[in-house]
Amino acid sequence: MRTSVIGRAIHDTLPVMTGYVVLGIGFGILLSTKGYGVFWALLTGLAIYSGTMQFVCIDMFTAGTGLISAAGTALMVSARHIFYGISMSERYGKIHGLKKAYMIYALTDETYSLVCESDDEDYCFWVSLLDQSYWVIGGVTGALLGEIIPFNTKGIDFALTALFVSICVEQWLNSESHYPAIIGFTASVLCLVVFGAGNFLIPAMIAITIMLFALRGRIDV
Amino acid sequence: MFDVHAGYIVMISGAVTVLLRFLPFIAFGKKRPEFVLYLGRVLPPSVMAMLTVYCLKSVDVLRGSHGIPEALACVLVVILHVWKRNTLLSITAGTIAYMFMVQFVFA
Repeated sequence: MRTSVIGRAIHDTLPVMTGYVVLGIGFGILLSTKGYGVFWALLTGLAIYSGTMQFVCIDMFTAGTGLISAAGTALMVSARHIFYGISMSERYGKIHGLKKAYMIYALTDETYSLVCESDDEDYCFWVSLLDQSYWVIGGVTGALLGEIIPFNTKGIDFALTALFVSICVEQWLNSESHYPAIIGFTASVLCLVVFGAGNFLIPAMIAITIMLFALRGRIDV
Repeated sequence: MFDVHAGYIVMISGAVTVLLRFLPFIAFGKKRPEFVLYLGRVLPPSVMAMLTVYCLKSVDVLRGSHGIPEALACVLVVILHVWKRNTLLSITAGTIAYMFMVQFVFA
């Protein structure tokens, strides 16, 4: 049955493969245009393995960001992973050892979207492993491309915005209550206006959490 | 040649990200508070909306191109995604359209 599990994992991860490889190439190209090559694509893909955080890292490399500031940024950008973990902790709680550790480490947005539907441990493991392979291969390919093909990459960082917009649309179409998305958007825009671009993430997270609890009666149906 | 500063940034970002992924498994164990389960359900759409705003945080509607390329590219992504539901298509088309706009139209 093992091969069929792998086969199913390959089949189901095909959309993630195209997304990760293309976005990974975009990341690798951007990285190499800032002077960081294949080594950094590989290192970030393994040590961080979060598309959002890796894109933000490129900014931090070149801006000379301080280490405390980097930790704070990572905390805010990656905070959403806590909630994937919470919703998976019941199922993944039964898995032990290195395999479990790997699956938790590799729980990205896209991997979560696939494994949250499944109870099959092997399937979840292969989905996790395949997804990371796609991402790392994409990043390394992009870094190589960026070094050999010089072209104008201005605006390529919009790939991240486009990724989040498409995830928002997908979640909107799939969810019964639209309050969480509306709350997230409204609170973030208000906090951006009030606190400015550099400081709005923490107030926005606090505001979102408060509003989600305040409106719980309407949201949780 | 090795960029030590960038190395530290990667180590810290990686440690924080991986720690956050492990936290729920370490902190809550078998019994998860009910409010935490609720947050796990409703937070992802809120956070994705927040991250979209985060991506667009540096857009200045008063100066330069007034955020027009960003707005047009976002509208394109939304329309394409509602129509085709294909994430890769939405991202690729949106990014190429945006790159074209900032390199040639609003340059």
